[in-house]
Amino acid sequence: MSLERFLNQAVSSWMCAEGPDSDIVLSSRIRLARNFYEYPFPTLFSHEEAKKIILEMEEILKISPFQKFGQMELLKIDEIQPLQKRVLVEKHLISPHLAEDSPYGAILLTENEEVSIMINEEDHIRIQCLFPGLQLSEALDAANEIDDWLESNIQYAFDEKHGYLTSCPTNVGTGLRASVMMHLPGLMLTQQINRIIPAIHQLGLVVRGIYGEGSEALGNIFQISNQITLGKSEEDIGRDLMGVVSQLISQERSAREALRKTSNIQLEDRVFRSLGVLSNSRIIESKEAAKCLSDVRLGIDMGYINDMPKTILNELMILTQPGFLQQYAGGPLRPHERDIRRAALIRERLNLEKEKIGEE
Amino acid sequence: MICQECNQRPAALHFTKFINGEKTEVHLCEKCAQEKGEMFIFNGESGFAFNNLLAGLLNIDPSFKKPSQSPFHQEEVLQCDHCSMTFPQFLKVGRFGCAYCYETFKEQLKPVLGRLHSGNWAHNGKIPKRIGSGIYLRKQLDELKNALRDSIISEEFERAAEIRDKIRNLEKQLASSPEGGE
Repeated sequence: MSLERFLNQAVSSWMCAEGPDSDIVLSSRIRLARNFYEYPFPTLFSHEEAKKIILEMEEILKISPFQKFGQMELLKIDEIQPLQKRVLVEKHLISPHLAEDSPYGAILLTENEEVSIMINEEDHIRIQCLFPGLQLSEALDAANEIDDWLESNIQYAFDEKHGYLTSCPTNVGTGLRASVMMHLPGLMLTQQINRIIPAIHQLGLVVRGIYGEGSEALGNIFQISNQITLGKSEEDIGRDLMGVVSQLISQERSAREALRKTSNIQLEDRVFRSLGVLSNSRIIESKEAAKCLSDVRLGIDMGYINDMPKTILNELMILTQPGFLQQYAGGPLRPHERDIRRAALIRERLNLEKEKIGEE
Repeated sequence: MICQECNQRPAALHFTKFINGEKTEVHLCEKCAQEKGEMFIFNGESGFAFNNLLAGLLNIDPSFKKPSQSPFHQEEVLQCDHCSMTFPQFLKVGRFGCAYCYETFKEQLKPVLGRLHSGNWAHNGKIPKRIGSGIYLRKQLDELKNALRDSIISEEFERAAEIRDKIRNLEKQLASSPEGGE
């Protein structure tokens, strides 16, 4: 398969579109947890009950389809190839839990992949809306519309006191998890992040590095999300998160400006060295790739590099994960083969950009 | 880098712990990490094996309560009629069996929810339109009453009159709906 065709199939809208503040905020996500009243939760339900839930969802799709966000397709987990499952996980469309531990799971997916609904994961229904840039309230509106559509067809598990009832007591109430993925190289380079993270925790929000194993964020990408789901309205949860996120945005911007003032040439050097590594290496591990991609993205945002699209970081962070590399290669790869493939894919992707510019 | 536990194998797991704002870097090989049980921190959506922690949190309760229990106290095992999950089972897995569990365990649940949601134990958000129409109207009524108070305080009397009319309409609707007024 040619890289261009592969990209067309692999890239979802949130990775390639630019949104508000997308120099720092890569994506905004809303997740709503919902359950049917009459069925036991997935921890206890029987095989038959799980099947009935999927049938009910199929009925709803057939009888009262909801087209606003595009055609929806239902995929059953046990009918998806292992490698494809991994790709869906790497795209953040389904959770590892749905892919690995939910044999009766399914997913409803729109064409542009902005909306996905996981069925029979930890809860019967999990509505997810993933938008590029900082668009929390837009994503919340979209999730609410999907929720209203489902609710007009389903008797939800809800009581006046506890709100939406969920399998885990940490999600009860609104069932809402709002999260924002941010690229914060300035705060990392100036080492302010160590001071900021504990402060954010105190506000009842969770910060964690995504990609990679540890809390040390790979590629300087952090996810910030709410922890509390009960006692606050959806709007307040969103507003509280937005407040912290806009603070972080302005601190990241001033950190970048400070870096430009104090270490302009060092920064430029770092950016172009990383670009050199990405354009020339023949073997690259995911950790090094993430670091270089972060540097290059910073270089684009700060105007050191002008001939490359901003979304290259979002795209390549996703595409250089093991599942994608193996899908591109058309079969399983051993770790060292992946590193070779990864280097090749990045080189090819950067060349594609050069060719585009050449054509113009 | 060599594993800091066994000082033999290369470290495969690198992470940073923040405990009360204090940063500690940890480098372990896979074997030592598994033995130390630190691996679990990074699995799953919430970032760590939540039910382990949750069960720990919930299990604090009995030991706390013991002294105040009378010697004649009979230990009763609460069980959900609908899915037969018992409270001890819930404590173990950290997940409810069905929607009815919330009603069955509501007394035990209140302090737990408070601890999980920084003191909150009652829902204050969206209400499903269809099943909750009565609740929905009452909630709207509350909001309008607040708005009425605000507009009177800020002396926006035209707005106040509008809101008052809306409140009257809603009250009529509520009175005619089957699950109506309180």
